[in-house]
Amino acid sequence: MSKKLRVIAGVAGAVLAASLLAALPAEAASKANSATSAKSVGGLNKLIVLAKAEKELNVIALPPDWANWGEIIPAFEKKYGIKVNSANPDGSSAEEIAAVKALKGQDRQPDVVDVGLPFAVQGAAEGLFAPYKVSTWNDLPKGTKQAGGKWFFDYGGYIAIGYDTLKVSPAPTSLKGLLNAAYKGQVALNGNPTKSGAAFAGVFATALANGGSLNSVGKGLDFWKQMKKIGNFIPVEATPATVQSGQTPITLDWDYLQGKYSKESAGKVNWKVVVPSDAIYGGFYAQAVVKDSPHPAAARLWQEFLYSDEGQNLFLKGGARPIRLPAMQASGTANATYLANLPVLPAGSNPLFANLRQILAAKDVIGKRWGTL
Amino acid sequence: MTPAEMRADVAAATGGNSGRGSYRRLLRASNTYIGLLPFFVYSAIFLALPTARVAFLAFRDQDDHWTLSNIFESFHGVYLLSFQRSIQLSLVSAITGAIFGFIAAYAITVSKIGFLRRIVQTASGVFANTGGVPLAFMFIATIGTYGLVTKGLKLVGIDLYKGGWTLFTFTGLILVYLYFQIPLMVIVILPAIDGLRLEWREAAATLGASKQQFWRYIAGPILLPPFTGALLLLFANSFAAYATAAALTSGTIPLVPIQIGSLVSGNVIADEANLGYALGLGMILIIGFVMTGYAILQRRTAKWLS
Repeated sequence: MSKKLRVIAGVAGAVLAASLLAALPAEAASKANSATSAKSVGGLNKLIVLAKAEKELNVIALPPDWANWGEIIPAFEKKYGIKVNSANPDGSSAEEIAAVKALKGQDRQPDVVDVGLPFAVQGAAEGLFAPYKVSTWNDLPKGTKQAGGKWFFDYGGYIAIGYDTLKVSPAPTSLKGLLNAAYKGQVALNGNPTKSGAAFAGVFATALANGGSLNSVGKGLDFWKQMKKIGNFIPVEATPATVQSGQTPITLDWDYLQGKYSKESAGKVNWKVVVPSDAIYGGFYAQAVVKDSPHPAAARLWQEFLYSDEGQNLFLKGGARPIRLPAMQASGTANATYLANLPVLPAGSNPLFANLRQILAAKDVIGKRWGTL
Repeated sequence: MTPAEMRADVAAATGGNSGRGSYRRLLRASNTYIGLLPFFVYSAIFLALPTARVAFLAFRDQDDHWTLSNIFESFHGVYLLSFQRSIQLSLVSAITGAIFGFIAAYAITVSKIGFLRRIVQTASGVFANTGGVPLAFMFIATIGTYGLVTKGLKLVGIDLYKGGWTLFTFTGLILVYLYFQIPLMVIVILPAIDGLRLEWREAAATLGASKQQFWRYIAGPILLPPFTGALLLLFANSFAAYATAAALTSGTIPLVPIQIGSLVSGNVIADEANLGYALGLGMILIIGFVMTGYAILQRRTAKWLS
């Protein structure tokens, strides 16, 4: 073979090899794309192989200090050797849906989303999500998942009162008790209830504590109107900075997010978290697999990981209540240490969760009235 | 001269009717504008396109059909109230900022202390660009319920919060906005005050005009267009401000940008982004109206003060 011929053969061989390599993930992608469970691709191990071939996973709006995402993402990366691209970590549910739509067909499109219930329902209705059922699907109680697998709750918690014992006295135990004159200028929400999910839930919780119900959130608005009138409500958006500087010594937020307020202020702040005795309002976030996303196998493997004992225990470690917690407690796979760290629920308490219809109705009422408190 | 020679002559004198000449002219013209090309591209991508998209989406519903309901709703209920509050807030903060800023700018011009002027100008440049959450936090940490100044004043017997006033009200928000409005006024109005020539004052005085007459008939009319123009600029500046008010009031004072934030990028309201775009279109129209006024006044200003 002449030198020239050898070069040509070499190039041809390389092109052939490259096209074979290119064909492999493409074929795999189409297979994973329509997979509605690990079984459809031939089991979890096959899914892992396909996901590893994709090398990457796009996630969005997962703050590191929120429900332990800061530990969950690296754990997934390490376990499967898949690089996780975490876009816009402080983004909102609306921004997640917007990104899924705007980046359609691009390799930066999110593969999975973690959104509030109204957004999960919206995304499913608009055909943005692919149906998928994780191996542990049956552990998810009815009402916490879309029957077809378009979305499914992953973790949640209860509205809790966080307070700095160095500045707050007496220690608050109930939502109604926040009307105490001793708390003048001390009580804050985690932002605007027409924008922040935790603030929205905070208003809902106070409605329950003041004779309202999941169907009527108006009592909660009356409560905050009164709080504003007597000067107890300070409408500053609570952040670790406002807590550390003593501006928002009492803050309503999800129990699993209360930890962030005292994280970097040891010594200056002594943060205590209590689940109110007069109302327990709970809420969950939902996962969904994006339809025709750039890394379909990795997206599905991500779900398998989150809903495995390991993933669920990582949520628990972050103070959030994973959706499989009751099943894991029953089978003894829930981590006892993490479980013991959760805030104690008052005796005889009955946590309430709003359904979509109730959330939408409450959203309308709060949207109309919040600006005119 | 033959007609042909005449044509050639004329052509030479006017810079060329021939193909070559007009090519050169085109080249010269394109040379003039080529420097502006990046600016035009930039404006198209970051201003014109988004504006067009907002306008388009304002007339679409969530299922991608044409609709007028977003526009209709943006004029009703809490959204109408938000437009009213936003305009009120912008007007009051613009007028107050303009008056105090003018006085400050006039004072440093008249004082003729060079270093004072430089300090005020530099500081104004910094303050005028302070905003967002840091600005809100600065005020919370100083005159908030547990702010340093609040505590300090309490020690000497003054209770800021005694009369029921708080930083988180409409007037509190105005106070915070003045932090950037006054310095902006200083920056914008200084050149106009500088343009007020000493000779005019002397000439008026020589002709027997009193101080009041000088202000009434000369300085006033000359400064009115730049003053009003600056006022409009201040209005637009506070009309579009978002993060400070959001962090400070959590939506308890309804303002258009805050409503848009809830509709377009929140965790609570799904499915209503297009209403947010309709509100955005409303803001664009108001700002467009205000800035047109500003441009017209600028032209009148240029007549005297250039």
